[in-house]
Parts: sequence; structure tokens; C-alpha cells
Amino acid sequence: MADTVTAPLAGTADPTPVVEATGITKRFGATVALQDARITVAPGESHALVGRNGAGKSTLVSILTGIQQPDGGTLLFSGSPAPAFGDTDAWRSRVACVYQRSTIIGELTVAENLFLGRQSQGALRPIRWKELRRRAADLLAEYRVEVDPAARAQDLTVEQRQFVEIARALSFGSRFIILDEPTAKLDARGIDRLFAKLRQLQEQGVAFLFISHHLQEVYDLCSSVTVYRDARHILTAPVAELGHEALVEAMTGESGGSGAAGPARRTVPADAPGVLEISDLELPGAYTGVSLAVRSGEVVGLAGATASGNVRLGETVAGLHRPQAGRITVGGRELRTGDVPSALAAGVGLVPEDRHLQGLVTERSVAENATLTVTDQLGPYGTVLPSRTRAFAQRMIEDLDIRTPGAATPVSALSGGNQQKVVVARALATRPRVVVAIRPTNGVDVKSKEFLLDRFRQVADDGGAVLIVSDELDDLRSCDRVVAMFHGRTAGEFEPGWTDEQLVAAMEGMAGPQDPHKVKGTPSHASHD
Amino acid sequence: MPATTDAAASAGTTTAVPTAGRRPGLDLKRYRDLSLVPVLLVLGLIGFIVSPAFLTSDNLIGVAQQSTELSLLVLAEALILIAGRMDLSLESTIGVAPVIAMWLVLPSSGGRFHGLGLLPAWTSIPVCLLVGAVIGSVIGFLVLKLQLNGFIVTLGALTMLRGLQVAISQGQSIVDVPHSFRYLGSTSWLGVPAAVWICVVLFALGGSALAWLRHGRALYAIGGNSEAARTAGIRVERITWIVLIIGSTLAAFAGVLYTGHYGSVSADQGNGWIFQVFAATVIGGVSLNGGRGTLFGALTGVLTLQLVVNVMTLAGVPPLWNQFLNGAIIIVALVISRFASGEKQE
Repeated sequence: MADTVTAPLAGTADPTPVVEATGITKRFGATVALQDARITVAPGESHALVGRNGAGKSTLVSILTGIQQPDGGTLLFSGSPAPAFGDTDAWRSRVACVYQRSTIIGELTVAENLFLGRQSQGALRPIRWKELRRRAADLLAEYRVEVDPAARAQDLTVEQRQFVEIARALSFGSRFIILDEPTAKLDARGIDRLFAKLRQLQEQGVAFLFISHHLQEVYDLCSSVTVYRDARHILTAPVAELGHEALVEAMTGESGGSGAAGPARRTVPADAPGVLEISDLELPGAYTGVSLAVRSGEVVGLAGATASGNVRLGETVAGLHRPQAGRITVGGRELRTGDVPSALAAGVGLVPEDRHLQGLVTERSVAENATLTVTDQLGPYGTVLPSRTRAFAQRMIEDLDIRTPGAATPVSALSGGNQQKVVVARALATRPRVVVAIRPTNGVDVKSKEFLLDRFRQVADDGGAVLIVSDELDDLRSCDRVVAMFHGRTAGEFEPGWTDEQLVAAMEGMAGPQDPHKVKGTPSHASHD
Repeated sequence: MPATTDAAASAGTTTAVPTAGRRPGLDLKRYRDLSLVPVLLVLGLIGFIVSPAFLTSDNLIGVAQQSTELSLLVLAEALILIAGRMDLSLESTIGVAPVIAMWLVLPSSGGRFHGLGLLPAWTSIPVCLLVGAVIGSVIGFLVLKLQLNGFIVTLGALTMLRGLQVAISQGQSIVDVPHSFRYLGSTSWLGVPAAVWICVVLFALGGSALAWLRHGRALYAIGGNSEAARTAGIRVERITWIVLIIGSTLAAFAGVLYTGHYGSVSADQGNGWIFQVFAATVIGGVSLNGGRGTLFGALTGVLTLQLVVNVMTLAGVPPLWNQFLNGAIIIVALVISRFASGEKQE
């Protein structure tokens, strides 16, 4: 795909930006999601918004689409103030959003999806199906989307569904579309077709705000880019003037020159016994041919973006998935794969990715959640004695410094950081030899973050092996070694001293010439660039 | 990310709750399973006012005896609901299990009902319980292995098993029940019907298992968040299956008590009970979404429903109004337990 930037055609004619947000501030409790943030998108412009997790991108999207109200700041659409909060129709006529998750209802036809909730003129008017299909055909033709309006939406391909979503968004009269990670589920050819469609719409005067983790796409599609970091606006610049390095630097906040990452740490002796060994592991659709060894006393980071397969690999070690090929050994003994109790018995502890989905039974107490994995220490013959449970939980509460009114408090009453500590407590309760921590500091404040990472270090110091699966550089910086994954394969291995941009580049599949000390294998580079 | 979190403020909110001193509002929640106890007391008071016959041991024992069969179904349903599943077919199992047992045990000639006479009479209770276990395991297979919708599967089983009972018993009550089968439901120990003792023991066993056994605690974890339970190494499927088997076995056992109590296997034994079972379980504080509730709460739910009927009978309310009042009391009890526990029932 050519790197040429489409000139904003309509932009020259009408200088009033389609959207102009200034000084936007949004807080959720104690968390500042956006601080004095701003963004301006000119008509017909394709504008990229990039930033790492937690930079405030999603919050900005929900403010721009009227889902959330900002605590402060001004928001103008084409020069006039934003509609009243809750006036859905007015919002939809100004801004449209194609979300990462499809909002198309698969059971209904394309035509009905396009006019959902407005199939007929009034609530009591019967729907005239022929008329509806004709309107749908007109709408699709207007944006040159080649889809049969009578087809069932679930029979469409992913990008056809996105086209339908875009057409629906435009049919409300909006000339500004937010695309939230539209390429995450597309293959290379689908991405090509999507981009072709977007360029064509751009020529019709539609402006885009394009959010993606794939930086290459930003260069392919967009004319200017805005970078957010830590809830703040960092820079806005024409893409052509911003090199890869400068962009990653803006995202990470670390200048490319400074090589030292984190405090100096001792290296694990090369003859330390391997505690966790993974060889040629393959899980279709997630990862292939992954080999990895973690030695006693070592903390290894497994880096990777959302679809890289690193999370599934971590979960496989903990017994949540059964790989199709390959083996996992813990302390020299082969693990029975795909079986959580066996993994626990072998000494694997898991801090799962999503504490709400996989980690906590939120209505139950701290004590119960923290001892959920413990099978043999709470009483004889499978009994759970309340006194022992309380004592055990109290130990975990002190060990992890969990702020809770008591061990009997339901987990739902705790703050996010303390909830995460309960999940970590649950993983450590069995005194595991191998800890697999997936995004362990997700939604945790900076103090707790350090604390948890130190605690994992302690497990390693006691002779264990720790695998930290994450895309957070803060997590990875505390590791002795980082293995990056991209598209289901290991894309490089980094000794301490890596710079943020090297690692981010590897995670984004852009392993450039500045690669670090040793790179194993070549990344399967994204084929769409 | 130092900027995203206001560290000082978050520290302030977490330390604001002192470790030792609990506010009184928090403590009330610990007793939410007792929310029906005041209702029971009020019902007792009303009963005492409307009729001198209410507060006699005969009457109260009668109420207890009448509650036994329903309460066993409630025990079963409560366990299943806590584990996050539901089983509508319990009300048919209470009828079909005894009928199949009689069919296998009773001689092929002589009595009014012609059985197969395959097994000796003493096996009737074990066979009945076994039938219950088989029903439970089949439902478990359909719901857990084939991943069918539990509501519809058990709704189908409800109809199918009721039909099976009618077909085998030819729509008749079976009166010539073996003595061993009748014993538990009809005898008394220490002046109180054996069925009442058995119920009390089973509730105590179940309650203790939920409180003090690892696998009992696992039910709450599974019902509350089965994915979290799975990642914690709990064998979710196996335990759920066992709970479904226990549930149906309890229903079959309720059939034994019912048959003994009335001296025969009646043709519509248990018919329509499932509404009462769910009502009692839910007003007793067990969540339909799983993960919450206690057996004691469920027991108070049964007693509430039974006491209302008893008090109304004693007060001379025309029996034609019973059904209306029964439904009304379920809704009133729900409202009461909603506000007593202060939690949404969804």
C-alpha cells in the first residue's frame, strides 16, 4: 500500500473543524481518565489517535459520542456546541462510531440492521418491507457498498459488516466517523478493502478519527496524528513529519536515546535449573511453535499486543487451554495440559487476565476468594474450617497489604487495586513454583503496581519462576528478560537495557534495524503494509 | 502512569474504613438470610390471635409434617440454584421415582396395580433413590455435556416424567405399597414424625456441607462466577453434575416420604409444586442467578408458605380463596425480603 497521504479535499473549502474538543477533563472516582485533553479534526481529514492502554482514548471516544459527559472542557461540532447529553438523535447526526465490537445483529437482514429502530415512520405504522429494502439499497449504493440488503447480516464477511456499520453511521447525517480499532479482526486483504473504502468516503468529504494499535496503519491511512499519554494530550502533527521513532517516543514518553530501563539487576546464573519449560507449543488460532524456558529465580516478561497469543500462552501453562502440540514441563515433570487442577498440583499459580470474568466471585468474601485455590490446608478431609480460613486469609491480607475492613468483607466492596491483590493472593495461596501473571497490574494504581511486581520478584527470589504476560511496559521493565510475541510467534527476546521503542516496535510487528542485542527468529510481519 | 491515578485520594478512600470498627449498616447484611424470621414470628402471632388451636403441638407438628416433602424439594432446588443452575423437573421426579420403584417391586398379579415383580420388596427405597439419581445424571448430561438450555431441558423432563408416571401407573393411585416403603413417611420417633427428623437432619447436613466443606463452598464460587471457579482449579462441571444428581435423588426421597405420609403413590403427586418450590427458595433469599443464599433461608421460606396456609385455614378463610392468597403471600414475602436484605433480586 502506498504511503501517500490523501489530501483533505473538503478541508480546504470549509475550515471549520468537524469536531473541536478543548480542555476535556474526565474523572472516574480517584482515577483521572482525561486531563485537559484536546483534539481537532478538519472536514475530510483522516486523523489518527494513538496511545497506550490507559492513555484515555476510549474515554475520549465515549465523550465525543455523547455516551459520557466530560467534567470540564468544551466540545464543538462544526463550530456549534455539542447537543444536550442524552439527545441520541442529535449526537448521531453529528458523530458516528464504529466500535471494535460489532453492533450488527446477525439474525436480522442488512436492510433491517441499517434502519434498526426506525424501520417505519411511526410506532404504529406497519413496516413496509419492500420500501425498507429499497431505502437500504439506495443507502448502500450512495456509499458504493456492494452488499445485498436482503442478506442476513451474519452471512457477511467481517469487513462487509463494517461497511454496513459505516453506512448506517453515515445515514444519520454525520460527516465524522470514529473508527475504534477497525482492523483488529480483519485479515490483510480485508484491511486493504477497508482502507480503499475509507479513502473513497474521504473523497466524499467524510472525516475520520482512526484509533489503532497498529502504527503502520496510521502511516498508511492517516494525514495527521494525535498522541495521548497518561490521560493527556502529548502532540498533534502531520503524519508525514513524524517518524516511527518519534511516534513511539511520544507514546511511551521515553526518549529513544536513553537505553537504561529500570534499575540494574543481577543476572540469573545460566546454570540455574529451568523450572518452567515450554517446547514447540501450538494452539491453533492463538500461537504456533513457541518455546520458552524460565529458570529458577527468573522473572520473564511475555510481551505482545492484543491478538499476539501471549495471553493464551500464559493461560495454557495454567491449564485453561489444551494445546494441540508441544509440551510443558514444570520442575522437570511434564504437565497434563488443559487441566487446571493438575496445573495447580504441579505448582502453577495463575493471575488471570480479567479479574471480573475469571478472577473473583465478587459477592463472596475476601477470605473465600483468596482461598479458592487452596484445597488441602483449611481442614482435614476436605473440610473448610472457618477459623483456619480466616487465619489463612489474614496471612494473605497482611502478606499482600490488602486494604479491607475484614476478611469477611465481600470483594465487591473493595477498590480495584485491592481486588486485584485478592486475585494475586488467590494465585500465591498455593505457594506455587511457577507464577503466570497475566496483565497483573491492570487497573491498579502506581503504588500497588510496584508492590505487586516486587511480590512477584520475591517469588522468584525464593527459587520460583515467574512469567509476566503483559503489554504494559511498566510490568515488563521489572523483568529479567522479555520475550515479545507477534501474531502467535515469538518476535524477539530482550535482555535488560531494552528501550521502550524497541519493545513496542517488536510488539507492533515493526522490528526495525535498531533491534536489540539478540533477536530470535523474524517476526511474521503484517502483510498489509 | 502517575497521572491517571490520584494516589492520595485513593489512599484516602481505602483507609477511611477502619480495620476494626464496623459500621452497624454492614452488620445487618450478614443476617439477610434471617430476613423471614420476623415474618414467621408475625405469622405465629396472627395465628395465636385468630385461633386457640394454632399454638398446640398437634397443629405445629402437623404443619411441620406437611412441610417435609416440599422442604426436601426446596433443599434440592436451593443447592441447584446456588450452583447457578435450575431444575424444574423435581416436581415430576417426586412422583415418577416411587411409581417406577413400585412397578419393579410389586407382583404382577394380586393387587390392583400390576407391577413386574422383578425385585424383592425391601429394594423399593434404594430403587426409588436410584431412579432419582439416574434422572439427575441424565439431566446433567444434557445440560452440561450437550450444553442444552437447562430451563427448557428440565421443562421437557417435567412433562416427560409426569407422562411416564401416568403411563406406568395407568393414571391410578398405587395403594398396595410395601411396608418398608411406607415406614419412613408414616412413623413417629419421640413423638415427632420421622419425616420431620429426617428433614431437619438433611437440612443440617446440607447446611454444614455448604458452610464447612470445600466442595460445598465451591457451589457458591461456581454459581457466583463459574469462570473464576474454573481458573481457580475447581472442577466446575463435575461438581455441578453431582449437585444435579443429589437434587433429583432428594426429590425421589421426598417421594418416599410423601407416599408413606398418605399411604399411597397418588397420580398427581407433586403436580404443580415447582412454583411453590421456587417461591419458597427465592423468598428465603436464594438468588435465581446463583451464588447466593443459604439452606436455612430456604427453610424459612418453606415454613412461611406453610404457616400462611395453616393460619388461613384456622382463621376460617374460605378454601376457594386459598389459591389467591397463596400467590399474594409469595409476592408480599418477596417484597419483605427485598427490603429486609436491601438487595436487588433481579
